[in-house]
Amino acid sequence: MTVQIWTYIIVVATFTLYIGIAIWARAGSTKEFYVAGGGVSPLANGLATAADWMSAASFLGMAGLISFNGYDGSVYLMGWTGGYVLLALLLAPYLRKFGKFTVPDFIGDRYYSNIARTVAVICALIVSFTYVAGQMRGVGLVFSRFLEVDINTGVFIGMIIVLFYAVLGGMKGITYTQVAQYCVLIFAFMVPAIFISIQMTGNPIPQLGMGGKVTGESVYLLDKLDGLSTDLGFAAYTNGSKSLIDIFFITAALMVGTAGLPHVIVRFFTVPKVKDARKSAGYALLFIAILYTTAPAISVFARTNLIDTVSEKEYSEMPAWFSKWETTGLITFDDKNSDGKIQYVADETINELTVDPDIMVLANPEIAKLPNWVIALVAAGGLAAALSTAAGLLLVISTSVSHDLIKKQLKPDISDKSELIAARLSAVVAVVIAGYFGINPPDFVAATVALAFGLAAASFFPAIILGIFDKRMNKEGAIAGMVVGILSMLFYMLKFKFQWFGGGTEAEWWFGISPEGFGTVAMLINFIFSIIISKFTPPPPAEVQEIVENIRIPSNAGDATH
Amino acid sequence: MEKHKKYWRENLKYLAILLAIWFLVSYVFGIILVEQLNTIRLGGFKLGFWFAQQGSIYVFVILIFVYVRLMNKLDKKYGYDT
Repeated sequence: MTVQIWTYIIVVATFTLYIGIAIWARAGSTKEFYVAGGGVSPLANGLATAADWMSAASFLGMAGLISFNGYDGSVYLMGWTGGYVLLALLLAPYLRKFGKFTVPDFIGDRYYSNIARTVAVICALIVSFTYVAGQMRGVGLVFSRFLEVDINTGVFIGMIIVLFYAVLGGMKGITYTQVAQYCVLIFAFMVPAIFISIQMTGNPIPQLGMGGKVTGESVYLLDKLDGLSTDLGFAAYTNGSKSLIDIFFITAALMVGTAGLPHVIVRFFTVPKVKDARKSAGYALLFIAILYTTAPAISVFARTNLIDTVSEKEYSEMPAWFSKWETTGLITFDDKNSDGKIQYVADETINELTVDPDIMVLANPEIAKLPNWVIALVAAGGLAAALSTAAGLLLVISTSVSHDLIKKQLKPDISDKSELIAARLSAVVAVVIAGYFGINPPDFVAATVALAFGLAAASFFPAIILGIFDKRMNKEGAIAGMVVGILSMLFYMLKFKFQWFGGGTEAEWWFGISPEGFGTVAMLINFIFSIIISKFTPPPPAEVQEIVENIRIPSNAGDATH
Repeated sequence: MEKHKKYWRENLKYLAILLAIWFLVSYVFGIILVEQLNTIRLGGFKLGFWFAQQGSIYVFVILIFVYVRLMNKLDKKYGYDT
């Protein structure tokens, strides 16, 4: 059977499963819609969080990025996992004890201020919309490459599926579909990795195969790849080329940004007790780590295979996958010296081949000549990753509108039933907007995804941490900190990504820190401003200080309430 | 000292220790000292590179489960486990 038929079979089967789960787990009240009724087991929540967190970027993009950046790619691996330690130790248990539905809920109540609440809502909306556009694009890409439909049709199909189960099921439906999606995506990620690891090193565990010897040779795989890379003029794979300070700051910004993302934080409101929140953070990271420790192995395999397959080989003898990706424009070949062979080197004036890092995970099974059903499985896994994250983000968007804006500010006497309708309607609007951005992606998407992490790091993270660990922190300090933090992040991005204020070259980076790493600096600015300003302004009222005392004690965590 | 203050102090002590390890395996071993550690080998891996792309992640997972255990014990000790 062809790849296309296999893909149709697997995609239709998995989509049917998701829809079946959504019908079984539809939401009947706002509590079910926002926090799945609060009765999700830690294990199920861990699985759902892992699927929620691992997006098209983790599944399709990351291994490719690492394979072209070597050691420098470590920022994603450490950054996007280390954030869970912060989340588990510093945020999740206390926010669960606090017992409300959303992150702006916490900010608004803890800082006794609707201004603080509104700032938090705006941040949540910006972060989530940026992200969700990228997911829809990912869905479109997979559809267009493997089912050979138009990319816009792909986005449209994805929209309908997400619409169906997010609007019907709310958090309850999303949670249980995400559990299924995690199983699909991890299976789809591991099967080719294990196949290729056996092929290249004889070891079935990719994490070990990566450090093993090349089959039939006495050289270690990583040493071989270092050699191949330097021969072609690239930096040695295991050394990288970014500066130490930049690696440090980017890693920190990604970690803190991860811990501050509202769609991840809100998952910890769905478990019954504080100790369940801690435990499910552990499960979540365990399930994420399975993919995140496999990805760098795939990067090494794919990079070595790619160089072996193309370097100095006849263009006319390239395998079928090569020309298929050429038609999408994601691989391009330009025979500069007209010798009919592919020169793939670091020197731009001689190099004849460009490969988009995004295709590495999708192309990898084909490059390694794996059976067709494995290739189709990877396509279904990519869809599961993109859809699960999109659904989680859409829920944050709809909750921000129906709960934080309508219920908490505009119309406090709204009935539970009407609020549920408002939540569903805002989910529909959000899907349509997300789909629009998926079909007409603004060219700043890639830049703004980094901005989303920086924003989360510069705004939410310090405000939540100080709200828990500094009883004296007041609204003046927190609001000033959030505003100054976001503005400094925006300023740096606009100056150095978009050259708004003149100059903005790499040589002018402050302390050699890239815009991606600046989130860490903006976060520190936020902390400093909050603390200094709170010292010179009145302390929070006694009942707010009591809230802080209360969230520090894990016992008697009630159900989440309005 | 009041019970909940003692509980909070012990909690902060655990956090300080666990976060110190978190910082050590990622920022120190994986970034700051990566070149020095790369002179040591772990099979086919250079050690610094291994910490940056594998080891730190394993330690993160272990850290959270250790935290869960410590806190469950602490909750029990103070009668906060209901």
